[in-house]
Amino acid sequence: MKIKHITEISGALMRARWKQTLVAIVGVTFSIAFFISLLGFMEGLNQLLDGIVLNRTPHIRLYNDILPSKKQPIDLNATYKNHHNFISSVKPTNTRKEIYNATQIINKLNKDQRVLGVSPKITAQVFYNLGNIDLNGIINGVDVDKEAELFSFNDYVVGGNLQKLKTTLNSIILGQGAANTMRAKVGDIITVTSTEGEQFSLKVVGFFKSGIAEIDKVQSYANISTTQKILGKNSNYISDIQIKLKEMSLAPTLAHEYESFFKIDAEDIQTANAQFETGSSVRSIISYAVGVTLLIVSGFGIYNILNMLIYEKMDTIAILKATGFAGTDVKKIFISISLSIGITGAITGLLFGFLLSLSIDAIPFNSPSLPTVTTYPIDYGIQYYSIAAIFALITTFLAGWFPAKKASKIDPVIIIRGK
Amino acid sequence: MKNKIVLEAKSINKSFYNPVKVDVLKDINFNLTRGEYASIIGRSGSGKSTLLYILSTMDTDFTGELIIDGISIRGKTEKQLAAVRNEKIGFVFQFHYLLNEFTALKNVMLPGFKLDKLSEEELEHNAYEFLKDLGIEKLAHKMAYQLSGGEKQRVAIARALINDPLVIMCDEPTGNLDTKNADIVFNIFKELTEAYNKTLLVVTHDLNFAKKTGRIIELDDGKII
Ligand SMILES: Nc1ncnc2c1ncn2[C@@H]1O[C@H](COP(=O)(O)OP(=O)(O)OP(=O)(O)O)[C@@H](O)[C@H]1O
Ligand SMILES: [Mg+2]
Repeated sequence: MKIKHITEISGALMRARWKQTLVAIVGVTFSIAFFISLLGFMEGLNQLLDGIVLNRTPHIRLYNDILPSKKQPIDLNATYKNHHNFISSVKPTNTRKEIYNATQIINKLNKDQRVLGVSPKITAQVFYNLGNIDLNGIINGVDVDKEAELFSFNDYVVGGNLQKLKTTLNSIILGQGAANTMRAKVGDIITVTSTEGEQFSLKVVGFFKSGIAEIDKVQSYANISTTQKILGKNSNYISDIQIKLKEMSLAPTLAHEYESFFKIDAEDIQTANAQFETGSSVRSIISYAVGVTLLIVSGFGIYNILNMLIYEKMDTIAILKATGFAGTDVKKIFISISLSIGITGAITGLLFGFLLSLSIDAIPFNSPSLPTVTTYPIDYGIQYYSIAAIFALITTFLAGWFPAKKASKIDPVIIIRGK
Repeated sequence: MKNKIVLEAKSINKSFYNPVKVDVLKDINFNLTRGEYASIIGRSGSGKSTLLYILSTMDTDFTGELIIDGISIRGKTEKQLAAVRNEKIGFVFQFHYLLNEFTALKNVMLPGFKLDKLSEEELEHNAYEFLKDLGIEKLAHKMAYQLSGGEKQRVAIARALINDPLVIMCDEPTGNLDTKNADIVFNIFKELTEAYNKTLLVVTHDLNFAKKTGRIIELDDGKII
């Protein structure tokens, strides 16, 4: 029996009941469209919210922690080898925040295949001078290009020009909060005092807005050499190396590896921001659960409609069997009905899902803390489309399987005699 | 060639149990040879249709043996039986049964799709020829539900012929036809047995019709007399 003839028969049966067939198709279309737009929207939001922190956070941060030496002098004394010491309030001495051989470490990291990029950083504790008042501040000395490339720095700079930080001597990008307090405009000169008591005049070339107000009140950005000058350090001074990996999930393992290899402290993003991961995955699970429920409900729709169709088309099935169609042929006919409903519904559903995503994407959404976002975020990941399509096909197949099996078992004699 | 046995019923018994046992067919024995034109007559309720369902392999719930074209149908799977029905048996029901979703022509062609021996064009050509022989070629492209009872009956006969079966079984094929059309059907059947060497087994109430056939099998209360 040719597939063509199976589909010819199932097509005729569907045409005879085209309204119910259409309802079933629309059911699948809706569930797929909502599945796709719901998950795309949820994931878009997830990425947006996580992005506020995670985009700006290195996957691994290398630094020198200020801690008392792990081996205290008393431990070296052979006499007290088997004793326990109770010396409390041990203080660190001579600690250098500087990373030794920072340049070599950076070169080495740049050659590592797993690393996407490396960006050095130093931080300087300062006071923003505002007449008689001093405001607490932190100036981050960064490599402008690397910071833009790895941490989407440009997304967070509002007003002014990021590139000026490189070209203008002694320039600063002020945190939006700090700038508001100081009434600073682009082009203004502000003064800051370093912890050593020295004063510096810096030219404002832009503002920085992270989305988290507390940070914007304190943090500002300057280039590395300006910051080194403020700290009174030479041009080798680097206190932090920020690493972005190709695969974020490798961060904990690599952090350990670098820690022992470079004899340095390393902190991975998962340890630093555990709560974000959890929030995202819970949101994803909820939206998948809702989406899958939609698809299953549409499967029940198909199941009902096929059962009804079989009940109505008992005679047809009996004649087919009497004229030599086997149970398997009847089964194929009904499964092909349910698969046609599934496939048609899936294709239109994918299309409508995409259109629905596009229209959500066009709804204006302005948040003062998210300068780069103007509309609702949508993730157009292909995975939602393929999961929806595959799942829809599986449910429609199952929804067709059971009624089809029932149809294949119909005894033609009973039906024919019953007339 | 002429006397080859195509269908053999050996002590076929059939009973219904609901709730008491009723014996509908009792020890049915007979043969049909190639080219034979036989009719079954009997009172209403004597078991004629029941016998025909068994002989056409649709009903396997009986005791005794049924041999079609030299092969016993015992122990065959549902699929194999369907294939036997499709290839070797043409069936015309007591009540004209057509698929309302299809045209008359498609109804005739459907068993041919299952057999899948001829191309669609050849099949369509044959189907059309059969309809022409039955005088309803004009109705070929009408939907089945638009036909009258007698027209449906003739489409059903054409459908029974499409796969060139060995045996054609009919349950009152002329029940809905006027004398003129009943004669047409009778003559078509006669031609099938004579020119094409088909075997025909026709259940009928029409004694005139039965008398013209080559052999009359009379059923009374489930027994051949
Ligand atoms: N499913 C069933 N359960 C119980 N008894 C049945 C069943 N089917 C048929 N019978 C009985 O079997 C007997 C034979 O029925 P059958 O249909 O073969 O008669 P028939 O000779 O074809 O009659 P008619 O000429 O009216 O078509 C009848 O008495 C009928 O009541
Ligand atoms: Mg009958």
